[in-house]
Amino acid sequence: MTTTTHPDAATGRDDGGAAARAAARRREYLLFLAFVAPNVLLLAVFSYWPVVYNGYLSLTSWDLLSEFKPFVGLANYVDMLSDPDFLGVLLRTVVFSGGITVISIVGGMAVAVLLNQKLVGRNLVRTTAFAPYIVTGAAVGTVWLYIFHPEFGLMKQLLGIVGLTSPAWMSDSAWALPGLIIVYVWKNLGFVAVIYLAGLQSMPADLYEAAKIDGASAWTLFRRITLPLLSPVTFFVAVVTVIGSFQAFDIIAIMTGGGPGDATTTLSWFIYQEAFQAFDAGRAGAAAIIMFVILLLITAAQTRFMERRVHYR
Amino acid sequence: MSTATTVSTSPTTAAPAERKPTAGHVLGRVVLYLLLVLVAVVAILPVYWLISSSVKQSGDVHQFPPNWFPMPWTWELRNYVDAWNAAPFGRLYINSIVFAVVGTAGEIAVAILSAYAFAFLRFPAKNVVFMVFLGAMMVPGTVVLMPNYLTVASLGWVNSYAGLIVPGLGSVFAMFLLRQHMLTLPVEVTEAAKVDGAGHLRILWSVILPMSRPMVATVVIISLVQRWNEFIWPLIVTTTDTMRTLPVGLLMLKSDEGYVNYGVVMAASVFVVVPVLVVFFLAQRQIIAGLTAGATKG
Repeated sequence: MTTTTHPDAATGRDDGGAAARAAARRREYLLFLAFVAPNVLLLAVFSYWPVVYNGYLSLTSWDLLSEFKPFVGLANYVDMLSDPDFLGVLLRTVVFSGGITVISIVGGMAVAVLLNQKLVGRNLVRTTAFAPYIVTGAAVGTVWLYIFHPEFGLMKQLLGIVGLTSPAWMSDSAWALPGLIIVYVWKNLGFVAVIYLAGLQSMPADLYEAAKIDGASAWTLFRRITLPLLSPVTFFVAVVTVIGSFQAFDIIAIMTGGGPGDATTTLSWFIYQEAFQAFDAGRAGAAAIIMFVILLLITAAQTRFMERRVHYR
Repeated sequence: MSTATTVSTSPTTAAPAERKPTAGHVLGRVVLYLLLVLVAVVAILPVYWLISSSVKQSGDVHQFPPNWFPMPWTWELRNYVDAWNAAPFGRLYINSIVFAVVGTAGEIAVAILSAYAFAFLRFPAKNVVFMVFLGAMMVPGTVVLMPNYLTVASLGWVNSYAGLIVPGLGSVFAMFLLRQHMLTLPVEVTEAAKVDGAGHLRILWSVILPMSRPMVATVVIISLVQRWNEFIWPLIVTTTDTMRTLPVGLLMLKSDEGYVNYGVVMAASVFVVVPVLVVFFLAQRQIIAGLTAGATKG
């Protein structure tokens, strides 16, 4: 970690020199603190304090305006976790996030295997496939709302070509959430594919050669060598996608606003709604803490998994 | 040998021995190319739809089956005029640019200073401080919304550039990438500068930064794009039309009945995405490398 050498390693006989070195070191310590101070301060105020403050607010009943924040203990948690509506929000978030994650992983891996073939133009396709990931979410929302339009939508036409009747998508409470999953997968898939492609390109070639000499089929190679070796990548992609989709907001805001009814009210939309539309800081804070804990557990699981892999390698 | 036609998972470096192309082999290649085209089409079609619909006449936008190729002589450029006037888009552009540019400049300055400290300065509890940084990455953006709004409100910054920009200035990801890069620089460079009597600020400015230009460019571009696309924080912290940013402007076009004229909405959306697409076109290598760095370096 440290890149400078430690001059005090040798026993300093020259006391004056040692004192000067100690002073220089103290100056360097102070300089370190000065250099990291702005960043540490910003993270403390705008990343760490919010967790503490959410924790506090979740134990109160407050409308974000009045002077007093009555303490209610764990009432918000008890109420919400016994409220079928909130449990519905949690379940919906798991379905939404899980759907996006599983489809992105399977599809992203397939696209990566395709882009790993020696094909003319594959770099161009790689870049093109990545582009949706950086397109402004709000604009992605407007254009997909048009694509999913029940009367004039592109999707209606494309489904009609293969003989399917298009649902009303965003105005149908059964189809709004699957529609949102499609949009987020479209936006995320190229990103996942590029990460898998990097993983594929770092595979040891000799392993494949040995297995091929043993007469293994392409599918066996993929299942027995590629897939296991890619498992750290898969775990990373899963965690990043779950964390990202838990916080999905812009496209939901443009396309459904959590509706119809509460058909697309995920945890992030719920937090926004409770805090800035219902002005219920207690419930918003409790929901935020619940989200924080869920995502922390998922990240911890990934860290443990990675450590085990490194250990056995 | 296995059937040569199936999708081979072998890395490209391990080229198989030359084989005579069989009919099955050719068919396999054709299928692969068809799939390649399919991937590109799926990725590009919604973007094409966005741009092509932005010039469709009102009747054309709201008809079925849709018109895939609006001809130049039918282009309705008034959509852009109408979109520009439907919300204060001139003002939204200025706000988005200020938010992205000032926010990025501030974040990267903060990131460079702390990256230099972690890479080159001694401190007893450096690892602990570093863990404090990495820990901040564990806090999801949605979780900080309400508390940060309250903090900004108590500072009197609601609906101001300060409120828009300051909460996002803390930097972990950019700091981390810059530090990783600085650690690859030869120590001799800084040692030589120190012998010459240069202070750390001077070494940072005239030795380290010039040697880090590509990495600085990468984090700057990514930071710009992310701020340009940012939605929820500007939505929450701004309260008047004149302080909104472009993505939030798209939400403002929505009435109670939803979007009324999709031609105009698509034109407004083009306002928002064109700068991002141009930047991506010019700097796709840095953007892709930077955004996927967490996977390859983590």
